[in-house]
Formats: sequence, structure tokens, C-alpha cells
Amino acid sequence: MKAQYEMRAGLEIHVQLKVAAKLFCTCDFSFAAEPNSCVCPVCLGYPGALPVLNGAAVAQAVKAGLMLGCEINSVSSFDRKNYFYPDAAKNYQITQNFNPLCRGGAIEIQVGDGEVREIGLTRIHLEEDVAKSVHHGDCSGIDFNRAGVALIEIVTRPEITSADEAVAVLTALKELLLYAGVSDCNLEEGNMRCDVNMSLKHCGVAELGTKVEIKNINTISGVQAALRYEARRQGDILAGGGSVEQETRRWDAETGKTVAMRAKEDAPDYRYMAEPDLPQLGVTAAEVARLGSELPEAPAKRRIRLVEQYGIPAYDAGVITGSRFLADFFEESAGLCGNGKVVSNWIMTDVLHLVGAHGVAIEASRISPVELAELINLVNSGTINAATGKELLEEIFLQGGTPTTMVESRGLGQISDAAMLEDLVAAAMADNPNSVNDWLAGKKAAAGFLVGQVMKRSRGKADPKLVGKLIEVSLNGIRTDCVTTAECGKGEHQ
Amino acid sequence: MEFAKLTIRAALEGLRKRTLSAVELAQAVVGAVEACNSTLGAYLWFDREAVLKEAAAADEARAAGSDLPLLGIPLALKDNICVAGEPCGCASRMLEGFIAPYDSTVAERLRGAGAILAGRTNMDEFALGTSTESSAVQLTRNPAAGDYVPGGSSGGSAAAVAGGLALAALGSDTGGSVRQPASHCGCVGVKPGYGRISRFGVVACASSFDQVGVLTKSVADAALLVNIMAGFDPRDATTLMVKPAAWDGSSDLHGMRLGLPMEYFVDWVEPEVKSAALAAAERCRELGAEVIEVSLPHADYGPAAYCVLAAAELSTNMARFDGVRYGERAAGVKRIEGLYGESRGAGLGSEVKRRILFGTHMLSGANYERYFMQAQRVRALVGDDFSKAFECCDALLTPVVPAAARKLGESDGSPVEAYRNDSFVVGVNLAGVGALTVPYGTTAAGLPVGVQVIAPTLQESRLYRVASALEAMIGGGR
Ligand SMILES: [Zn+2]
Repeated sequence: MKAQYEMRAGLEIHVQLKVAAKLFCTCDFSFAAEPNSCVCPVCLGYPGALPVLNGAAVAQAVKAGLMLGCEINSVSSFDRKNYFYPDAAKNYQITQNFNPLCRGGAIEIQVGDGEVREIGLTRIHLEEDVAKSVHHGDCSGIDFNRAGVALIEIVTRPEITSADEAVAVLTALKELLLYAGVSDCNLEEGNMRCDVNMSLKHCGVAELGTKVEIKNINTISGVQAALRYEARRQGDILAGGGSVEQETRRWDAETGKTVAMRAKEDAPDYRYMAEPDLPQLGVTAAEVARLGSELPEAPAKRRIRLVEQYGIPAYDAGVITGSRFLADFFEESAGLCGNGKVVSNWIMTDVLHLVGAHGVAIEASRISPVELAELINLVNSGTINAATGKELLEEIFLQGGTPTTMVESRGLGQISDAAMLEDLVAAAMADNPNSVNDWLAGKKAAAGFLVGQVMKRSRGKADPKLVGKLIEVSLNGIRTDCVTTAECGKGEHQ
Repeated sequence: MEFAKLTIRAALEGLRKRTLSAVELAQAVVGAVEACNSTLGAYLWFDREAVLKEAAAADEARAAGSDLPLLGIPLALKDNICVAGEPCGCASRMLEGFIAPYDSTVAERLRGAGAILAGRTNMDEFALGTSTESSAVQLTRNPAAGDYVPGGSSGGSAAAVAGGLALAALGSDTGGSVRQPASHCGCVGVKPGYGRISRFGVVACASSFDQVGVLTKSVADAALLVNIMAGFDPRDATTLMVKPAAWDGSSDLHGMRLGLPMEYFVDWVEPEVKSAALAAAERCRELGAEVIEVSLPHADYGPAAYCVLAAAELSTNMARFDGVRYGERAAGVKRIEGLYGESRGAGLGSEVKRRILFGTHMLSGANYERYFMQAQRVRALVGDDFSKAFECCDALLTPVVPAAARKLGESDGSPVEAYRNDSFVVGVNLAGVGALTVPYGTTAAGLPVGVQVIAPTLQESRLYRVASALEAMIGGGR
């Protein structure tokens, strides 16, 4: 892009809400379900069927609005967006065109060196998803499972100035919505889909350039690539003295190009009309307040608080607050254990290692914050040693279990009784005379080898610190013996 | 038992006293349908065996001690009300062979009350019309005079009831479609206030106007059916939560104030029709009511506003009939646009197409503000008219239509004719209030004439009070 142009882009992001039923019927929907198995007369648009608004979806949308600082309209309403296409069962889509549920708001993004920018939002509204067309050969099928699924559409102002900022907006949004439990934000399953509008304007001029819309991009990297491509394409046109056509384009991920779909003159007239089957949607201030009280702390704030409250490194706090589940897990565990820093260390090194090694998300694992805290306490109190602790962690992570019970029933308790260990120490030393000699000869490392031998004989249960001490005492004892023997002119080491 | 005149109340009395069995009742219906339907054309579909079988089951249930409020009572349904497993064609080629996969709420409630859902009646295609002549299936004749229209769009239901082919029938009223045919055929027709009866499972015409109604031989029968069907339905978000007190059966008009809206007594109302309404008002006065003149100042604009709004809603409601998921699908069409065009072109009749085009136009571009929003404002004014009128009277008494039924095939199709025919019925739908028509005499040519009573949405007992008083005066009702 030539330096004399600046990008102005806005996003329309469709997010699938995390609710049990569809927006206007009671069908449940699962991504993996057989085609056309999650349907009923309402979402198939049968004659006489009527929509009834799902209150849980409204609650989720209000939460999204509150997370993003929107104003929640006490009265909003639904409209029919009319167009003929097989993915719309009724040949209209129910949306909120004239009076959306939420207005205003903004999303905070980090740009460059920790600088924070706000991208304003114009609105968030509720709408139903459409069906999925499946094309094979010269035949097309339609899967209505997705038809009627509850969505919110989040519309930003055209304040995004680069492809990277667009990525930051989507990433921040995803984090927030996941955090608030509003959506699973699973891009592979189409939980988040994005339309982009973009124009180039001359630097130093307030007036925006001609806007081009790019439809239906399903990945964050797709948005980035599409914006970069479009900036180059429009920049070249302008640099060559041409003018950009106002049109709608489609992102082709395979070729990495945007392709013209339709010109401005061909833009459909959706003939929006107030939906007569649904009364106006009223949301009281009390309901908004109740939903607000259910909202989690925003991740950025929580990150700062975790560092201050638990004294953990900022990096660790960043990783832990990356998911609300993990952050809640950490805080619960830290509360039970009484030492946030140790819990954070266990999570960062051991728990997350297991997540990676087994490909099992912490949500899907069998361990709870209670078990982690218990396990850490068993290690800290010296009841079990760290190695046993880590073995137990893996087992509980995969199969579940209560640490205390496991330790007791399996006799995994650390042997901290010197009397019980003395025989093992004696045996280890008797079996490894060379090591003893090495030590006597000044090779202090040989003691470590002997400790290892004792640990092995105790099947890991021995308290390694105590073993170390006992070995040292015994070796010192031998040296004293040697000295004595030498004085007598005789020694064991002849 | 003379079945033709039998009311639900009288039939229930016979069933309870065991002087009549549900099977005998069903046989009477079957007999009347088999004898007369080919001439009258009231029913589109009637499953003789199923009706007799259900009647036998009703007799068994009664013998076993059941006394459901409609046990063993056969009822006819307009062809736009879904009953699971039965055809629901809206008298259109578009839905030829379509079998409803689910029950409407009204069907469910009536069946739950013991009724036998017996047969489906003819109508104007997709309820668009006032004569039942736009049915794509068959012609329906007025039982009072065979070469006259029965009215519409619930013409089949009105003809079935008035012609003695049904005890009572359900219809739907978007802009007079229950009241006008009831008036033309000579039966009682009730359109309760908007939101009183669930629309779930009733094929939508214009959603903000549509309301299920009943066509019966007596006011008491109408009240009984409405009472069973009305009330909040979690599947229809526009149904009302509030349940009004049921009618106590009183026809005492003392202390009641009736309003005659002057805009409904204009010079183009035929003398026989106007005098019937005025005679009814006079009767009410004799029976103790105070009768006053009132004004509905925006009445003249009602039909135009209705025309715009109803067509706009219709155009989007009809969009689902595209041949993709059910109904008529054109064969051998490759592209989707072609499939829509060919299927709808072949499946829908010209009146339906005309109104879809008109409604689509009303919602397009600048027309939305110019016509649709303007009509919404008029609608609000019409609603205010009724609210103000009800501040000074309890109910309104009016003609139903400016003239009695016309002959088959004699419409001039002019907008003026259509507006005038709609004038006294659509105001009720625009305002969402309740209304009832009751027969009140005949013309010199022997055609029935009705009068209309209008009351606020949740005051439908006033309708029954006034109408039952009038009904008693002409010897109807039992
Ligand atoms: Zn559904």
C-alpha cells in the first residue's frame, strides 16, 4: 500500500450464543448432529408455525453487551429481513434491524508497544442463523440444523486502521466472550463468522473513501489476509488514478484473493418489516443489573489483580487469565492451598504440560482445584515427595481420584522416619563399597549416587532430604572409624 | 332430531341425557355431508370412517364416566388450520397433498375437550377474498340461495354451518373473513379480540390481523367454543396472558350503553342492511339498553391502511411457499431462481399473486415510509377511535357489510367495491378488538342479513350479552 492512503475498516461479527435451544424454537443444536436432525416445524418454516423468543439467548446477548460497555435498550424489537434463498427456511430471516438490543460500547485492543486503543461499536443485535447449503455435483442439499440457531451480530465502527488491528479486535472479542461464557467462539464450528467493510482514505483528509464489503470470512487469519489483499488492490487502483467501485466481494481462502460478488446497483432490497409474530422485547433495569452481577471480571483487570494478590509473575498471570476456566481453577486452588505462587508454578509447569502432552483440555480433565490444592499440600508437608506428587497429578488428571486416599491406600506416604531408613542406608552402602571409597577419596558427588540407591530401594517413598542426611552421617561415621583404625594401624579398607 | 338446526348445546344435552349418542350425531353429519356437499361445496375433505370411529370412542368414554365439555361433538375446520395427519391445503394448488405434521393449538384444545375434528372446509385461496370464489379447488354456494356466494374467506365454514352440514365450524378472520360469510349465510360469527386465541398452527395470512374465529348456530355455542380455545399459549408470543371473566349467559341489556358509529351508517349501505342494524338498535333500546350515536372519525381511511398493511405482511408470510421444503415444486428446473418462479407461478392463484406483488411493492425502498409507515400511523388512529368510542359506550352496534351476498361470478373487481365491502369489518382487525355478527332478518330476496356487535378485546362477554338478546328476538338460539 502506498503511504498516502490510510485504511478504515469495520467488522460485522456473527457470534453463536451458548444456549441450549435455538433462538425461536426449542430444538437443540449440535455441530456434529446428522443433517436435518435438529429441526421442527418452527425452524423449518412450516405453514402456521410461530417463533417464540428464547429468554436465555436474550440474557447471553445482554451479557455480551455489558462486557463490551454497550447501552442495553429497555425496549428493542424484531424485524423480518426478506430475501429468497434456500438457506432461509421462511425466505426471511428474523433479526433486529430498526431497534437493536444493544447500542454503543467499545472494544479495547493493544497496539504496538502496549498502547491501548478503543474501537467503537455501533450495535449488537440478536438474529437467527440460516441453514447450510451443501453442494455435491449438480445437486444441492440443505441442512437446516443450523437454521434458527441464536446469534448476535456485533457491528464495529469503521475505526480499524490495519489488518493487524482487525486481528486484535477479533482476538480480544473472542477472549471476552469466551470469558463471559456467552459463546464457545469455536471458529472451526463456525461459532464466529465475520463480514468486513473497508475503504482507503487519503492521509490527512477526514472524508472516507469508497467502501467495499467482503463477506463471510471464517477465520481470524482470513480477515487479516483479506484486509491486506484488499488494501493492496484498492491502493493500486487509487495509485493508478482509478476509483474504487462500491461493491460486495467474497474472500476466496484458496486463492487468497477477494472476488467481486455484486455491484452496488445489485444490492438486494431486504424490505425490512417489523416482525408481527413477536412482541417488543422489554429488558428491565433490574434484569440488566442481575445479569451484570453474574459477569466475570474482565481478563485484563484480572491479570493485574492476580499479580498483585498472589505475587505471581505477570507472564504466568497472562497465561492463567487466558481462559476463564483456568483462572477460576487457579484462584480456587490457590485459596484452598493458601499459596498462590506454588499453585501457579504447578499449573504453569505440570498441569499445562499434561494438557499439551495428552491433548486434553483442563476443562475435560478429571482434576479439580480441590485435588490440585490437596496434592500440593501433601508435597509441601513432606507427606509425599515431589516425584510421587507429579505421578499422582498425571493419574488424577487422566483418571480422577482423591490424593489423600490414593496416598493412604497405596502406602505412598513418604518415609520420614530415620529408624526405618537406616537399614536401607546401611544396605546401600554395603552394596556399593566403591562409592563409599570414592566419597572417602574426596568425590563428594558419590553421596548423591548413594541417595539415589536408597530412593530406589524405598520405591521412591523415602524422604530424599532425610536420606541425604543419614548417608552423610554414616559416611562421616566411616571416616571417623577409618581415622580411628588408622591410628590403630588397621582399617576396613585394606 | 333435526340435525340442520341442532346446536352444540342441544346436542350436548342429548348426549348427557343419553337420548342421543355420539355415533348417531356423527351419522347425521355424515348423512348431511353425503347428501348435500356435492351441491353446496362446503367441505374440501371429510373422513367419514375416522369421524364414525372417533364418535364410537366418544360414546365409550361417556359410558366410562367422561364428561368433557365437547365430548362427541363434531366440528368442521377451515382448510388453513393444521391438524396432524390431515391435509392442510388453504384451498391452494401450492399446498395440494400437503399433510400437516403437527397440531395447531386450537385443534389440540378442542380435541382435548372431547371434540371430533370432522372435515375441512373450503375457503378463498390462502384466505384472500370475500366470496370463496378464489378457492383453487371448488365453488361453494350460499345455502340460502344456491346462485349466491357464501362470502369469504371462511365461506366453506359458513355454508357448512348454515347449510346444516356441521354443528359448528372454525374460521379465521383477518379482515372480516368470519363475520362477513356468517352474515351472508345466516349464522353467528365471532372474531375474538387479537391475542385471545392462539394462531399457532394456523397458516398465516396477515399475522397482526389474523384471529381464529367460530361460526355457529347460536351465540351460546360461539361463547362455549371461544372459551375452550382462548387463553395464553406459550407457542404464540402474541397471545394474551389475561383471562377475562366468562360470560354468565345473561342477555340483560339494562344499564348497557350501545354506540352506533355514524360512519357505518352511510348512504351507500343498502336500505335493507341499514334498517336491519337500526331495527336491532331499536330492539336493544326496548330491552333496556341506552343507544347513542358515536363517531369513528378515521373510519374512511381504515380500508386503505388495512389493504397496505395486510398485503405487506402477507407478502412475507407467503414467501415460505417456495417448493423447496414442501408443497408444489416445479419439475425439471435447474436453477434455484427458476424453481421459485416456476413453483410459485404454477402453485399460486392470481388473487394471491396480485396481493403478494402489491405487498412486496409496499415494503420496497421509499414505499416503506410512504405507504407502510403511513398506514401504521393510520392504524394507530383507527385504534384510538375505538378506544375513545368505548369510553362513552360499552359496545358498538353496526352493519356487517354494506349489502347482502351477491351472485356468484358477479364481482366487478373494482377497488371501490372492495373498500366498501371491507369498510365495517376491517376497523375491528386494525384495532384488534373483538366482534360478533348475529343474523337479524333477511332481504326481500331471502338472503340473510346480520348485524355486528363490537366490544373491547377482553370484554367479549358484552358481545354475547347483546347478541343473545337479539338472537332471542328472532327466535334463534337454544
Ligand atoms: Zn426448531
